[in-house]
Amino acid sequence: MRGTLRELLRYPSAVAGLCILALLVGLSVYAVVAIPYGEAIRLWSGGEAAWPRNPRLARPEWLNWLAGGQLPRTLVVRAGAPVRERDLGGGVRQAEWDLAFSYPYRRFPPELAVFFQADYRDQAPQVELGWRKPDGTRTPLAVLSPRRQDIYRVSADAELRRALGGAPEVVLFSSPDRPGQAVPGSYALEVRAFLFEPGSAVRAELVVYGEVHGLAGTDHLRRDLLLPLLWGTPIALAFGLLAAVGSSLSTLCIAAVGAWYGGWVDGLIQRVTEVNLILPGLPILIMIGTLYSRSLWVILSAVILLGIFGGGIKTYRALFLQVKEAPYVEAARAYGAGNLRIVFFYLIPRAIPVLLPQFVTLIPGFVFLEATLALLGLGDPVLPTWGKVIEDAYRAGALYVGHAYWVLEPAFLLMLSGLSFTLLGFALDRVFNPRLREL
Amino acid sequence: MAQAVAVSPARVQRHPALRVLLYALRRLVALFAAVVVGVYLTILVANMGGYVDQIKRAEIREQVALAVSFDEQMRRLPPEVRARIVEQMVRNEERRLGLDRPFLSRSVAYLRDALALRLGFAERMTSDTGSRLVRQIILDRLPATLLLFLTAQLLLFFASVASALALSRRYGSLPDRLVVALAPTSAAPAWFYGIFFILVFAAGLRWLPFGGMVDAPPPEGTLAYAASVLKHMILPLASLAASSIFLSVYAWRTFFLIFSSEDYVELARAKGLPGRLVERRYILRPALPTILTSFALGLIGAWTGAIVLETVFNWPGLGRALYQAVGLYDTPVIVGSTILYAYLLAITVFALDVVYAVVDPRVKVGVGGEG
Repeated sequence: MRGTLRELLRYPSAVAGLCILALLVGLSVYAVVAIPYGEAIRLWSGGEAAWPRNPRLARPEWLNWLAGGQLPRTLVVRAGAPVRERDLGGGVRQAEWDLAFSYPYRRFPPELAVFFQADYRDQAPQVELGWRKPDGTRTPLAVLSPRRQDIYRVSADAELRRALGGAPEVVLFSSPDRPGQAVPGSYALEVRAFLFEPGSAVRAELVVYGEVHGLAGTDHLRRDLLLPLLWGTPIALAFGLLAAVGSSLSTLCIAAVGAWYGGWVDGLIQRVTEVNLILPGLPILIMIGTLYSRSLWVILSAVILLGIFGGGIKTYRALFLQVKEAPYVEAARAYGAGNLRIVFFYLIPRAIPVLLPQFVTLIPGFVFLEATLALLGLGDPVLPTWGKVIEDAYRAGALYVGHAYWVLEPAFLLMLSGLSFTLLGFALDRVFNPRLREL
Repeated sequence: MAQAVAVSPARVQRHPALRVLLYALRRLVALFAAVVVGVYLTILVANMGGYVDQIKRAEIREQVALAVSFDEQMRRLPPEVRARIVEQMVRNEERRLGLDRPFLSRSVAYLRDALALRLGFAERMTSDTGSRLVRQIILDRLPATLLLFLTAQLLLFFASVASALALSRRYGSLPDRLVVALAPTSAAPAWFYGIFFILVFAAGLRWLPFGGMVDAPPPEGTLAYAASVLKHMILPLASLAASSIFLSVYAWRTFFLIFSSEDYVELARAKGLPGRLVERRYILRPALPTILTSFALGLIGAWTGAIVLETVFNWPGLGRALYQAVGLYDTPVIVGSTILYAYLLAITVFALDVVYAVVDPRVKVGVGGEG
């Protein structure tokens, strides 16, 4: 075993494969530890409600380095202590806040929103919102009575849009003498609230959404793509490994049993393999996914079942037919070893060198199969996987409108995991099959 | 020796063509049995939730409704009487077709229908001609799939075998090492590369169409039409190539290298035979059965891989029909296409067997048995 490992490390491709694999395993461990399973599911399937402060379709932040910091980041301005507070009599109080911030970008923000948190018993406070530009001009935005948890989406206010004569996020950040680009400077959202109850309070929070977010960007539902990218790693590795282990081990055992017993057992196995060859695997998986269940584990079991009588049986059978005649097997039979003992302790271990490289090169196929099913809309409904991200991107037309990051990030990880196993498998093949070594 | 052959009845020398024919027939019977079992399994899986029953009931209702609507006498009856008669007819028909019998005997009836491609009516989809027959929908789409994937498979196959031969001649050269290094890129399926190609060549450079099979509206004239189809085929073909060419060239090259280190090849070279002749007669010829097997297996892989690739490229083939059916929950089409895929795979395997019989000397001269 140690010798094998040392020999394996002589191949640069194997070292590269192992390094990538270690990286992926590290990512998986980090994902599982940092974001617990339940939390990951809640964030992912909660959709927009779980991430209200994230921008929609934001590119990853590192793109900003390439773009020279031109792409605005999300600014969140929280209200501190009120600037002015007055008692108007009759139990009515007036409070004013200045949510001042400096906006350094020349690009317009894609969206504006104000988040409210209001405490009251019966009568909701009334809030007046105004906008102050760097030159000091004021624009009234809206008058509203926020509920306990409320969001005022400035950009979606049709009335305001009509009043301003354009998209609010553009008009509020531009000046007439410089059309087409935002004016950097200090802006402020002026909040004036009328509180009608003694214990009543309002907290406002301005969110100027940016065009970049985090390491991975966001999707059309404001979800941080880092979550599915991180969590997709353990899922992909587990799916690939389990499917490969399940199908190749069972194939190996069946081939060994068939070759050892021969006769009708062998014939039956051969016929079943023939039937399995013409069973259309992917359409059957699609049928199962549409008609019964899209759970990853159901699909995994179906994949393993379809793989049991796969094409590998022929290769292994040929090998076992040779091994069966080997002197050490004859010796085992002579000392009285039982049939099953010979199959499991004498035949199957002999096939490990052939199995191992094949097994490792099988894994990427299964990892991509999960992505394939997801792309067809048959991905697991709750799990955040790479395939789901590609599917969402594909459905939202990311290929056509140029949200390349959305597709390329999960694709990159898929490719990385595919490459790591194939590189490793190729090297293993050379270590275990010396005939290939000099080629 | 000749006498020994004459006395032994098992060793009667038949004409090679006849032998091949007999072999093909035997394989046909075996494969048909495999198709029957495969389709039956598909039906079992599909009917675990009673979906085939639903398809059949809907089909019966449709036919009865159609028959009634064409009947002058029926049309004159009051609606409630007509509805009662329709119900009665549906029940009779269901009993006639055995829908009230236990599943085992029902499933045999389904099997018969499926094998004859009587696949029922689609729930939502229609064929290009407006028919709602599942068979019509599927068969309409088949030519597009065949066109794309047979072209791709043939092109790739000849390209990779030819370049593998060339590489095995210049083993260790730069292109050879490049292919070895690039072989792991075949881990990704064709649709994966398709997405990249669309991003680069369609969305970025705008050189080639995003997808589809012809321009809309289709150009006039056969030549212009063919040119348009060709243009639409470039990206799907390129993605199929990207996902498999390096691995198959690598595999073939290794295979040829192993073959060319055989003693008889060394001998042929030592005799001074020209390199091409050695390649043709001593390397390619004995490797032919293996080459053909791998070609057929590649084709089988391509048929099922078609589903996603056609979806990504909007190619109007069988795979895309299946994808659309999934989106619309059109169960009859899903079950029907699965059955058609089983047929497609069986036909491929059969074609392989026949060609195999022609090229494999063991079959031709009657040595050995079944593999």
